[in-house]
Amino acid sequence: MVNARGISFSKVMLVLGLLFLYLPMFVLIVYSFNASRLVSVWAGFSTHWYSALFEDQQILSAVWMSLKIAFYSASMAMCLGTLCAFVITRFKRMRGRTLLSGMITAPLVMPEVITGLSLLLLFVQLAELTGWPADRGMVTIWIAHTTFCSAYVAVVVSARLQEVDRSIEEAAMDLGCTPLKTFFVVTLPVIAPALVSGWLLAFTLSLDDLVIASFVSGPGSTTLPMVVFSSVRMGVSPKINALATLIILTVSVVAFIAWYVMRRNEKRRRSGRLS
Amino acid sequence: MNRNPIPAPLMARVRTLLFHRRVLFGIPFAWLLLFFLLPFALILKISLTSAVMAIPPYEPVFRLAENTLSVVVNFGNYLFLLSDSLYVAAYWGSVKTALISTIACLLIGYPMAYAMARAPKHWQLVLLLMVMLPSWTSFLIRVYAWMGILGNQGLLNSFLLWLGLIDEPLKMLNTNFAVILGITYAYLPFMVLPIFTNLVKLDLRLLEAASDLGCRSITTFWAITLPLSKAGILAGCMLVFIPAVGEFVIPELLGGPDTLMIGKVLWEEFFNNRDWPVASALAIVMLALLLVPIILFHRFQSREMSKNG
Repeated sequence: MVNARGISFSKVMLVLGLLFLYLPMFVLIVYSFNASRLVSVWAGFSTHWYSALFEDQQILSAVWMSLKIAFYSASMAMCLGTLCAFVITRFKRMRGRTLLSGMITAPLVMPEVITGLSLLLLFVQLAELTGWPADRGMVTIWIAHTTFCSAYVAVVVSARLQEVDRSIEEAAMDLGCTPLKTFFVVTLPVIAPALVSGWLLAFTLSLDDLVIASFVSGPGSTTLPMVVFSSVRMGVSPKINALATLIILTVSVVAFIAWYVMRRNEKRRRSGRLS
Repeated sequence: MNRNPIPAPLMARVRTLLFHRRVLFGIPFAWLLLFFLLPFALILKISLTSAVMAIPPYEPVFRLAENTLSVVVNFGNYLFLLSDSLYVAAYWGSVKTALISTIACLLIGYPMAYAMARAPKHWQLVLLLMVMLPSWTSFLIRVYAWMGILGNQGLLNSFLLWLGLIDEPLKMLNTNFAVILGITYAYLPFMVLPIFTNLVKLDLRLLEAASDLGCRSITTFWAITLPLSKAGILAGCMLVFIPAVGEFVIPELLGGPDTLMIGKVLWEEFFNNRDWPVASALAIVMLALLLVPIILFHRFQSREMSKNG
């Protein structure tokens, strides 16, 4: 079917591509244990930069701020994105559907500087007209993050919604379930894995955002990416290497758990089908 | 005789159902209208004002003086963008950089996605997670990693010096090359993902039929696999190209003084010069440039989101 050379070329590219993706991250991890401040000099193993990281009050408070914003944004985006995915995949003839689907796909590719600037102008204008928001900070960042994260949740959830067997929902409704109850009893358990992955995706996106948050934040609401950015602008900093290592480690552990759960479910489904 | 075949209670239930549907639809619609679409109208409005030293730093468009409403529109910002070669060069630089990076992503990403789609089933999930994992860690930190590698005293230069291939450090950091490398690195997963989802759905019987009919595998690839994965390629290219045009972090950290990209220029106009009208005009022109790619992407994505269901 496909000759041996064709296979080996794409396989080689896959291995090289993965190396390309992982080598820089690997370098960060190794150099976070470097005793020297310089990148090119290896001065022996040390965990000095980790203790320096945990003593840095500015970074710690920024981490806490970012985690709070990411938690609230991901939760709201999960609700809003799921609702979006639901009405787009189910209400085919609703007026305004085309506009809604345009507004939910555009944030996926919209350059961040445009989104950030536009939301800032909105908040300034709103404050002028209604007095709210009086000052920009956590709430404005939360609104901005919810808006663009909803788009990602909607994509993840709509893919899952398309696979739902509609006949089970119809059966539930024939048996007297209200649409609301049908959704919570039949549809929701089926799309729950997509909600979890959508929430996780939104959480990481919100945690990572620098540009939009910089536009819509005010004094006193500094998120982690802002602190990291102002520090790395000055050059390489071993403390940031330590922070990077912790982030990479956390994401890897979560990804591994996700993979394990998915594999177990897959196996269970297969053995269920066989018996 | 009853002319209406639908009994009244049922009719009432249908009406409440339709009302509930409208409410369900209305919530996300109102949110996105307020926080996504309306802000674009505001950018357009502010781009037509002139900058003043005030809070907020622009003049109002609608003015009420002596009971007459006057509308003051100022196209000066757009003329200013055209007249200053810096802005034109920045737009051109962004498009060029984004284009080269997109092609690089495609050339690396397509074979990767191809190998993943042909891998055994139980490997596919692992490989997919491995490709996506970097994009779930911090974007900023992944770009920052290259600062340590490409710098004059960075890892790559030290390595090349040690090998004896070069006598003095190559200038790699703060060049356009570094920006292209950074964008390719940061956006590669977004190229691989849609191509993989597309290739994995490819009907393998088509390839078998082609080979049964005597097609050589390379011909099969050009005649069947590649055309059928067109939608995935298009989506991947848009996912890389459009955000890359407006990229700020990568040119700021990896680029040098001669790196002109519009996202960086917009940022500087806004934060350093506090010229909101010019920043808005820059955003509007960037949107106009990206309108066609965004529409292409939207058409692909809305097809994906409502295939059956």
